[in-house]
Amino acid sequence: MKKILILTTALTGFAVSASAQELTVMSWGGAYGEAQTEAHVKPWAAASGFAAKMVDSDNPATPIKAMVEAGNVTIDVASLEYADAIRLCDEGMLEPIDIASLPAGADGTPAADDFLAGAVTECGVSTDIWSTVFAYDDTKFPGEKPSTVADLFDLEKFPGKRGIRKGAKAVLEVALMADGVPAAEVYDVLSTPEGVDRAFAKLDTIKSEVVWWEAGSQAPQLLADGEVVMTTAYNGRIFNAAIAENKPFVIVWDGQLYENEMYAIPKGAPNKDQALEFIKYATSTEGLRAQAQYISYGPARKSALKEELIYKDGKTVMGPHLPTAPENMGNALETSAEFWVDRNAELNERFNAWLAQ
Amino acid sequence: MADVTASAPMTGPQKAGTLTTSDGRPLKAALAQAQARAKRRAFLLVAPLLAFVVLTFIIPIGQMLDRSFHHDGFSKNAPAVSAWFASTPSGTEPDEVAFAALAEDFRSMKENKTAGEAGTRVNYTLPETRSLITKTARNADDLAPPYKEAFLAIDDRWDDPAVWQAMRSSSTAYTSDFYLAALDLERAEDGSIQRVPENSRIYVYLFVKTFLISALITFICLLLAFPVAHLLATLPMAKANLLMILVLLPFWTSLLVRTTSWIVLLQGEGVINDLMISLGFIGDDGRLKMIYNQTGTIIVMTHVLLPFMILPLYSVMRVIPPSYARAARSLGATSWTTFRRIYLPQTLPGIGAGALLVFILAVGYFITPALVGGADGQLISNLIDFHMKNSNWSMAAALSAMLLAGVLVLYWLYDRLIGIDNLKLG
Repeated sequence: MKKILILTTALTGFAVSASAQELTVMSWGGAYGEAQTEAHVKPWAAASGFAAKMVDSDNPATPIKAMVEAGNVTIDVASLEYADAIRLCDEGMLEPIDIASLPAGADGTPAADDFLAGAVTECGVSTDIWSTVFAYDDTKFPGEKPSTVADLFDLEKFPGKRGIRKGAKAVLEVALMADGVPAAEVYDVLSTPEGVDRAFAKLDTIKSEVVWWEAGSQAPQLLADGEVVMTTAYNGRIFNAAIAENKPFVIVWDGQLYENEMYAIPKGAPNKDQALEFIKYATSTEGLRAQAQYISYGPARKSALKEELIYKDGKTVMGPHLPTAPENMGNALETSAEFWVDRNAELNERFNAWLAQ
Repeated sequence: MADVTASAPMTGPQKAGTLTTSDGRPLKAALAQAQARAKRRAFLLVAPLLAFVVLTFIIPIGQMLDRSFHHDGFSKNAPAVSAWFASTPSGTEPDEVAFAALAEDFRSMKENKTAGEAGTRVNYTLPETRSLITKTARNADDLAPPYKEAFLAIDDRWDDPAVWQAMRSSSTAYTSDFYLAALDLERAEDGSIQRVPENSRIYVYLFVKTFLISALITFICLLLAFPVAHLLATLPMAKANLLMILVLLPFWTSLLVRTTSWIVLLQGEGVINDLMISLGFIGDDGRLKMIYNQTGTIIVMTHVLLPFMILPLYSVMRVIPPSYARAARSLGATSWTTFRRIYLPQTLPGIGAGALLVFILAVGYFITPALVGGADGQLISNLIDFHMKNSNWSMAAALSAMLLAGVLVLYWLYDRLIGIDNLKLG
């Protein structure tokens, strides 16, 4: 008994001393978290000599509010969705980041001109542009293949279960596009009650065949298990399954929804100065290019797109796999952060009620 | 202690008859002193636990309850217009004074960067007001008299009575709005209370469903656990221990591991479906839907919660003397009568404890329904989780408070019907 006591005391003491000076980055786990760990966290720690680690969350925006309100912030950098970065910034939960403090592009262009429009906000700096697409299992469709966003909703032509992310965001938009609304008009339509009804009516047509997923890694898993024949997914996750794991998955780019992912610093982060250094490093031209070697999300700097990007296997050219590739932008829609900051609660309430009916 | 105070006003002649200790003090006083000392010591011994419970349980629950009707995001950051609301009756048309007060608030919001916080609160009551407020705060420098025109120049929604009604209900720190929303109710533009549109009603339905599903799971657990617990209690020690390990092993296994294993077993392309197809029970196109729906929630939660039923039952059954049942049989009772009149009543404390444990745990479950529940297998706790994720803590708190109240009512009912003294956990 006494031995156990001594042992546990010693272990606790060890645990306390181990958590002292270390930069903690919080991201989404899975293939994406891994890409950021390999491209940003590990090399930054090696270069700066300051220890750094990565922790996972289903959505890093959730714990930030709790931490800031409780005055006990334990993470230094968080990877946030665009709308969340804006919302939390508005509520004073994030440290402001001055665009002038960010490094110039590799070609010398100042950061303010080098980043794509909207890629740097008051509190966040874009790490990449990712998108919600839908993908199918090639072996399930020997004849005609799905090619447009409408095919996701066409149970007659392409029978089988669909995986769709559980939530209103990026689902209502897809439903409207599949119903024939041009990308440019989606948010205008969705701002009206009739437009919302129309999106739900379109979802009604496949409701019985939908498997809903929540974590990003679930989508390729459902496809790999054969539980669904096609699914909405984050394009990088499908890329990873298809290229790194040789799965017969094909992405349909028609009707994709793209947006920036942001690095931000929660207010009161224990290692605030190092956090800013980390973000400067990670969102430099090289940092953004490094991440794109691990996952097919597009860098948000013009200078990072000048040279061809190659996947870590050394042979796959990333260009055509990025959401920002011209051939993928044909019928693409940028997610409106402002729309979702405003309507998230209302539309999700409606969505939850619709799900439970 | 009561005795001592009662004896205090006693008068002289009676006092002569009281017992005293060897040093001459009245026995009652000495006894009371000794008892008080013992009580103090006992209190000091439990004080750490008490402090722990207060810090980790009572205070957080209190904060949660407070949060469910307290949100000062708007009232704190817009004091001037809140004062105007307080001085005018509901439904008053906003005049130039109101607009001037609002302009003053917006200037301070811009300066202190609090428009997001204020807008978030109003947005809970009326969607799309958040962007209206942040946008107006960004342009606060343009607000000059005449104020109404200045506001309308920024956005014509400032003329909308619904916006003013939403700000009015946000202008007090304490509000019943979140409880209203948790009951699928809302405040109309004139301040009266009405039900939300039919396609947005969800909470009442989910509360009822959560309680019904939890009751069903409790019942299935009882049916499955009763024979197992009986077997455990009556088998010879060596065999009973082996069986006990089979009960405890899943109990000790991580919840996530167990849930994931069920996914592997139950999914459309899963083990059970494949097995049934290879045995010819169903065709390849008739695969059963056992997961990502309500069935999945019920199956997996029953499995996860089963040990919480078996263990209390077992602990009660183990000490029931077999001689009672033998006596009943020897007096001519059939096995059914013996079970019904002798065995079952003695297991009631275990049934009560197991049922209460399983039910209360089931009501609050959210990981399992989230993973295997699909669209129609969600419970109320999944919506609490949803609101936590979306930073609407007040809504989550109101829902939690109602869930807590529901459980307390059931606990009270249980106490009235069966008596909490009959509860036996081990």
